[in-house]
Amino acid sequence: MKRVALYAAALGFMAFAGFPFYWMLITAFKQNRDLYVGAFDTRHVPWIFNDPPTLEHVRLLFGQTDFLRWIANTLIVVVAVVVITVAVAVPAGYSLARLTGRWGERLGMGIFFTYLIPPTLLFIPFARLVALLGLQNSLGALILIYPTITIPFCTWLVMGFLRSVPWDIEEQAMIDGYSRLAVIVKVVPRLIIPGILTVVVFSFTLVLQEFVYALTFISSVDRMTVSLGVPIALVRGDVYHWGALMAAALFTSIPLAIVYNLFIDRFIQGFTLGAVKG
Amino acid sequence: MSLRRRFADREDLLGIAMLAPVLLLVGVPVVLAIVLSFSTATAGSLSFGWAGFANYAAILTDPIFRRALANTVIVTIGSQLLVVVLATAAAQVFRAAFHGKRTARFVLLLPWAVPVSLAAIAWTWIFDSTFSVINWTLKVTGLLHGWLYWLGEPRLALVAITIVQAWRIFPFATVIVLAGLASLPQDVMEAAIVDGAGFWRRLFYVELPLLLPVVAVAVLFGVVYTATDLGVVYILTGGGPANTTHVLPTLAFQRGIQGADLGQGAAIAVFLLPFLIVVAIAMLRLARHTEVGST
Repeated sequence: MKRVALYAAALGFMAFAGFPFYWMLITAFKQNRDLYVGAFDTRHVPWIFNDPPTLEHVRLLFGQTDFLRWIANTLIVVVAVVVITVAVAVPAGYSLARLTGRWGERLGMGIFFTYLIPPTLLFIPFARLVALLGLQNSLGALILIYPTITIPFCTWLVMGFLRSVPWDIEEQAMIDGYSRLAVIVKVVPRLIIPGILTVVVFSFTLVLQEFVYALTFISSVDRMTVSLGVPIALVRGDVYHWGALMAAALFTSIPLAIVYNLFIDRFIQGFTLGAVKG
Repeated sequence: MSLRRRFADREDLLGIAMLAPVLLLVGVPVVLAIVLSFSTATAGSLSFGWAGFANYAAILTDPIFRRALANTVIVTIGSQLLVVVLATAAAQVFRAAFHGKRTARFVLLLPWAVPVSLAAIAWTWIFDSTFSVINWTLKVTGLLHGWLYWLGEPRLALVAITIVQAWRIFPFATVIVLAGLASLPQDVMEAAIVDGAGFWRRLFYVELPLLLPVVAVAVLFGVVYTATDLGVVYILTGGGPANTTHVLPTLAFQRGIQGADLGQGAAIAVFLLPFLIVVAIAMLRLARHTEVGST
């Protein structure tokens, strides 16, 4: 009896969480005459395929829209942002974990809080900055601004990670005649490869999920990223191509979810470390 | 030795040098956001006149702004209440061992991993005025006799927005609560079992009080994510019908970017700061008063 309740509850939560994804799936492959039947017609069951599935919407998405272009744009931005983030967050995290002593703790907390400062507070000053630099409507604007979201949390991740790495190796290297800087450049990176990997994945997911800055800075359809182009540019005037829209949402969500799932425990460690233990 | 070598061993200087980019990157824009809110800046020109409190005076007397502020509070509180209930319940389920747990966990985390804008467009389709599967299901089960125009009526649209925000955030909260559950002191739980406390008693008198700080952390993150989110409302309703469902971020976007009145947009966005400050203070307090959840 207890087991039944457990499975029922688990299924319930899965149904609530997964329902929109099931809906993406079924919409993406339904024929239009099966898709566009008003919900007031109670004889037509919308939950299942009443006609055979079709690839028509997928063909439309890949053949007649800029979807592939958006994927390419997203990848360009991701690579650039990941490089910048690693270059800035790893030294900063190291600094907080090893060099700055007691006020490093407080500063670390401060940096963590900057992660909470949302794009919706900053998009207006950044819009001005981007205009001043002449970067409106270019991927350069996103590459410049996205690190402000990725760096604070990644700095925090690196700091947390380094605290779990023992001092000994670095100290030994310094006894062997390395300067502190040489240790940082030559020894430390090898010690924290898993931490760096987490930073890479986290930056990647953040960039893929970002919407506010992309909406603010990018106006040409061919320069959009996936998370902007799909909900904004696949709608032509008032015409929503729901099949293609949901196919795009599905094809983007699932790979991202798989990657995210692999690293979720590390992210959560970062969150709880940051929030509860200063 | 050389000056370079001396710098390479001065730990305090190295520390500051390596941190400076991070501090510049986030500190400056926040200050600029506040400065802009007192200015007459527009997107078209580079002029930068001092406006004093004119922007604030303008928005405070604006019924659309007041409505947006109220909506932000309503959606944030409503969704976080849902999140607390859903997340504590889901954590109880997912701490148990059962077949297919890995798959179940994957599905549970989907809403958190997917880009907000893509989730929002899927919900827009689910809430469609003509094709809403929710309406169909309610009608077939006999629960609905009229018709629900989910995104067409202001109140119903706020309900829809609240549901989507709760849906988006509860998986994250669940995982945080699960992490908290894992770090609960085992001896306390065993003592409660030995003393004959049943499941519900243990849950409400032992576990939930111990979990409170962790649940609070989840809620605080949730408040920030919901109050400052633009994507869900922008895509679901665009602030409509007739500007009744705006929240602060969407209104700031409409005035500041689409309307090119940067000063007023910035002033609207500055009203997000109280939410953030409350959250920051609460978190610092929690950090000082508890050890639970320190993994």
